Amino acid sequence: MANIVQFENVGLRYGTGAETLSDVSFTLSSGAFYFLTGTSGAGKTSLLKLLYLAQRPTRGGIRLFGEDAVTLPRARLPGFRRRIGVVFQDFRLVPHLSAYDNIALPLRVSGVAESDIDAPVREMLAWVGLDQRIDAKPPTLSGGEQQRVAIARAVIGRPEILVADEPTGNVDPDMAERLLHLFDSLNRLGTTVVVATHDFHLLGRIPDAHMMRLDKGRLLDPTGSLRFPPPGEAA
Amino acid sequence: MNIGFITAAADRRLLDERRGTRAMMWIMAIMLFLTALAAALGLATLAATTLLDRQLVGRLTVQIVEPSAPARTAQTAAALAALRRAPGVRNAVEVDRDRLATLLRPWLGADGADPDLPIPAMIDVDLASGSAAAVAAVSAAVTRAAPSARVDRHESWMSPVSSFMRLVTWLTAGLVALIAGATAAVVILAARASLETHRETIEVMHMLGSTDMQIARLFQRRIALDTLLGGALGTVLAVVVTAAMGARLAALGSDLLDGLSLGQRDWAVLAMLPFAFALLATVAARYAVLGALRKIL
Repeated sequence: MANIVQFENVGLRYGTGAETLSDVSFTLSSGAFYFLTGTSGAGKTSLLKLLYLAQRPTRGGIRLFGEDAVTLPRARLPGFRRRIGVVFQDFRLVPHLSAYDNIALPLRVSGVAESDIDAPVREMLAWVGLDQRIDAKPPTLSGGEQQRVAIARAVIGRPEILVADEPTGNVDPDMAERLLHLFDSLNRLGTTVVVATHDFHLLGRIPDAHMMRLDKGRLLDPTGSLRFPPPGEAA
Repeated sequence: MNIGFITAAADRRLLDERRGTRAMMWIMAIMLFLTALAAALGLATLAATTLLDRQLVGRLTVQIVEPSAPARTAQTAAALAALRRAPGVRNAVEVDRDRLATLLRPWLGADGADPDLPIPAMIDVDLASGSAAAVAAVSAAVTRAAPSARVDRHESWMSPVSSFMRLVTWLTAGLVALIAGATAAVVILAARASLETHRETIEVMHMLGSTDMQIARLFQRRIALDTLLGGALGTVLAVVVTAAMGARLAALGSDLLDGLSLGQRDWAVLAMLPFAFALLATVAARYAVLGALRKIL
């Protein structure tokens, strides 16, 4: 499988503080499923921000879709971002838009004609089991429903990479399993999936998933070749 | 996402219209009311100045100041003959005695009509050109024919009035420019405040791949619409006030103030103000939003 993401000695520092990420190097293969684990404050969200181009590294190199993402001109960022779907822990839905309009947003941003939007949006709503909540606005949806809308929004544009930051952090265990199933089914369609989580119960649910562990800003397994459970913890 | 000025309904929903009380529209109504009033005054004084200049340029009054009635009559005839022979004189007419008496009545009462009163004879002269050389040549010809003649240029009598009118015109032009500048500043501040209000939506849109221009268009459309609606309201009010003031001025029956009126072209200029300000607001909003977005990755 081709490499879709490559980090080389990446460091990230906010302001003048200590490095949040240090010497992070790894590659992500196209079409693979990755878990990014680590305790709170390990740097998972910072790494994901670099991945979905919300942040530039302080040092090191990042190649995304075969291009240098560090020196990528600002004007080209939107085109790259449209190839990446992002699911946030806090959903980040637009509160005054309906579930339908929230899911349709990436298509509208990409300039898809209104006549070509309805069918895929309804298909997505059905896929995440929210076809009965089409006009509901986020504040009237439960946490699990909001997360499913956020997932539908992240994948409707058929992204090449799906990045999810603690997607199960605000939902009950049953809903967490259902969400993970959605990621898995999307991965089977060829999308590279990166899920950041500290919920070790989820890691064994995707047998083929690779695991990357962050500790104090450093990647413990740069190859991403670990499987759950890690060899040292198998016993 | 539509890229034109007219955005799709779905795009318009992206910015929560309930946020804020559309105060911008009312601010723009006040701005345009003041602008339209200042512009109306400026256009009226410009029209009056133009009319005054057109009426005064090349107009002279020749006075024959001679106490002896026979000598005054003779010199008047000689001056008229000289004027009619002089090149560049379009018309020369003696003001008759009755007309003079009427003009003097406010000061002299019925005595102004006394035939023994040595009132100077007066001749109205129209020149083809109001140049100083033409006036000097005519003055020389008149004083040669009538030694008691005094030549007054109307332009020199009314030039302070004309200058004042011009000053008012420039002042109002300055006022319009100032209000336009203030409007642009208000728009920039409003756009920045609106960006802050909708920061979360903008961040989401950025993450979904929106370009700065797509986001800027949402804000500029909304601000332009507020400016257009508020501006139309303010301009209509100003037009009503201007028309009422015009009617009051016309009722005064003053020849000078009659010039302070607006023509069709002037009304058209006033009607265009909301559109001009909407364009200004669009440009200012785009400048503000793009400038702010550039600071975000």
